[in-house]
Amino acid sequence: MQMHQTARNDVLLELRDLETRFYGEESVTRALDGISFQVMKGETLGVVGESGCGKSVTALSILRLLPKVSARIVGGEVRFHGCNLLELSDREMRKIRGDQIAMIFQEPMTSLNPVYTIGHQIAEAVQIHTKASRSVAKAKAEEMLRLVRIADPERRVSNYPHEMSGGMRQRAMIAMALACSPELLIADEPTTALDVTIQAQILRLIVDLKERTGTAVMFITHDLGVVAETCQRVIVMYAGRIVEQATINDLFASPAHPYTQGLMRSMPDPRRGRQRRLPEIPGIVPSLRDPIVGCSFAPRCPFAIDICREKTPVLRDVRAGHTAACWRAEEVMGA
Amino acid sequence: MNGPLLKVENLTKHYPFGSGLFKKAIPVIRAVEDVSFTVDAGETLCIVGESGCGKSTVARLLMRLIEPTAGRVLIDGTDIAGLKKDALHAWRRRMQMVFQDPYSSLNPRLTAGQIITEPVENYESLSRKQRQALAADLLRKVGMSPEMIHRLPSELSGGQRQRLGIARALALQPSLIIADEAVSALDVSVQAQILNLLLDLQQQMGIAFVFISHDLGVVEHIAHRVAVMYLGRIVELAPSQALFAKPVHPYTEALIAAAPVPDPTRVRLEAPVEGEVPSPINPPSGCAFHPRCPLAVERCRVEAPPLVPMADGRVVACHVRAPATVIPPKPPVAANVSFIGT
Repeated sequence: MQMHQTARNDVLLELRDLETRFYGEESVTRALDGISFQVMKGETLGVVGESGCGKSVTALSILRLLPKVSARIVGGEVRFHGCNLLELSDREMRKIRGDQIAMIFQEPMTSLNPVYTIGHQIAEAVQIHTKASRSVAKAKAEEMLRLVRIADPERRVSNYPHEMSGGMRQRAMIAMALACSPELLIADEPTTALDVTIQAQILRLIVDLKERTGTAVMFITHDLGVVAETCQRVIVMYAGRIVEQATINDLFASPAHPYTQGLMRSMPDPRRGRQRRLPEIPGIVPSLRDPIVGCSFAPRCPFAIDICREKTPVLRDVRAGHTAACWRAEEVMGA
Repeated sequence: MNGPLLKVENLTKHYPFGSGLFKKAIPVIRAVEDVSFTVDAGETLCIVGESGCGKSTVARLLMRLIEPTAGRVLIDGTDIAGLKKDALHAWRRRMQMVFQDPYSSLNPRLTAGQIITEPVENYESLSRKQRQALAADLLRKVGMSPEMIHRLPSELSGGQRQRLGIARALALQPSLIIADEAVSALDVSVQAQILNLLLDLQQQMGIAFVFISHDLGVVEHIAHRVAVMYLGRIVELAPSQALFAKPVHPYTEALIAAAPVPDPTRVRLEAPVEGEVPSPINPPSGCAFHPRCPLAVERCRVEAPPLVPMADGRVVACHVRAPATVIPPKPPVAANVSFIGT
């Protein structure tokens, strides 16, 4: 994929300088600190980072699903087909959610209602968004279950969520998310709670369905292995900011941010020897409640020099289609 | 010491389920079925498998946190399954456990210092000074500053809490640590720190580990030998390098093939294994893996395969890949659910 040549009208979703804050009793957390990126039509974009980096908050900010009492988007834009979602009324936003942008979660029970059958829930979503008749919606529910390869869909439509296994519930949730043919599917750690053989099945399913339906996918995960198997482009987040953005091959071949490089090296890899010490990223993630001067990764960074501690690096091109927020990205890539 | 540090023989755990009040017999879940293995001093044995395979039950049986239905757990030749309370108390010093969730396994009201010295005070009384010195020493061993001694768990990061859990396990200078998914809840960068710590401790103190994990990347990195479990039974046990280079059991093969690899240039050829792990309440007849197995033949549906030793020091339970030369006389498995009388 050659991102730098992509025409403007291929942009499906664009975030510009998005800032989200959480308000505690005595403190303010800058959960997102100026996030800008694009999702192209039909692409799979990975968003990776460790706990607290802001990847899930990004998803919830896009869909405006943040807790109303404690969180607020204080700046920036979320443009979907050019239209700023932050300016829509709640009613207009509800029309977008589930219809044009759908989301799946790590735990399917958060989005499945335990007191209704799977078939009923899928059919309901179809009816609300397409004004289809009940019988048409019911047939669609069955068709969706078949699409996500649930065996025996005629029978399964009348199952309740608790009658299904974890893997099957995840399939049902995907079926529900895709029932209205959304243009963008946001998947937040959809396979993290699953066993590896089931994870492999679900990943394969998401990739297949994406190819078949042309839906763009924003895939949020902490697992670099999952990203490598599913995504075309990747965004790496750290402490509420994007630190690197590249095609999947570029990112793995030559990471340009020391954090990305550190993450990759700290993963066990038998090719580099068993039972040896793994390269660590020393220290811990900074608190987002206190103001950060300079680069937020500088205290843990082996490349840090004076400028890193004084001035915040912005995302810049290190080569075509590959950006990094690091003063020393060129040296990092050579290391 | 001659012989293995830990020897597990035919370990079995059945859980009764459902109400047996007015019935003559109670159906059982066969959580762990006839599991045997050994662990040498200073060795890491990893147990891998998916949810419900019985790996955590094995951990609890080893610690005798639960009582086995059958089988023996020998430490330096002594069967701890048969020990009375006092004798067991003495033997417990030899093995300690580290849990997955450092949030729920640490008492939130105790300070770091109290948490890690508590195990020792179960055995001997310490003066204030001794306690301080011990806590500082343990904190240093796990790479934490002795200044952390007065912190509460809520004031520590996830990685620090897991270090604290390890320090607590080290306090009694055990020869064996059982780690149940000890790095699974941690971020990759923190996971690397903890894995390094475990490797360092093993090298410095000669501690043996039974390391239970579902993460094959981690297992391949730290294991000397690996036991693969499926639905309560060991299906393959092999030296780590051999297992990952050439898995023999079709389930081991499927498990390794399914693990995501952080290399986008790798082309995935094989389709993932179909189906899901069946319920242990009603396990399939014969080999439990046969409904998902691409190699299954008629015999697999009828007869459970025994563990057969192979030339390279591994054991495998598979009729197709590791056929037994002499078929041991075994009655066919008659029913899916077995009953024990009340």
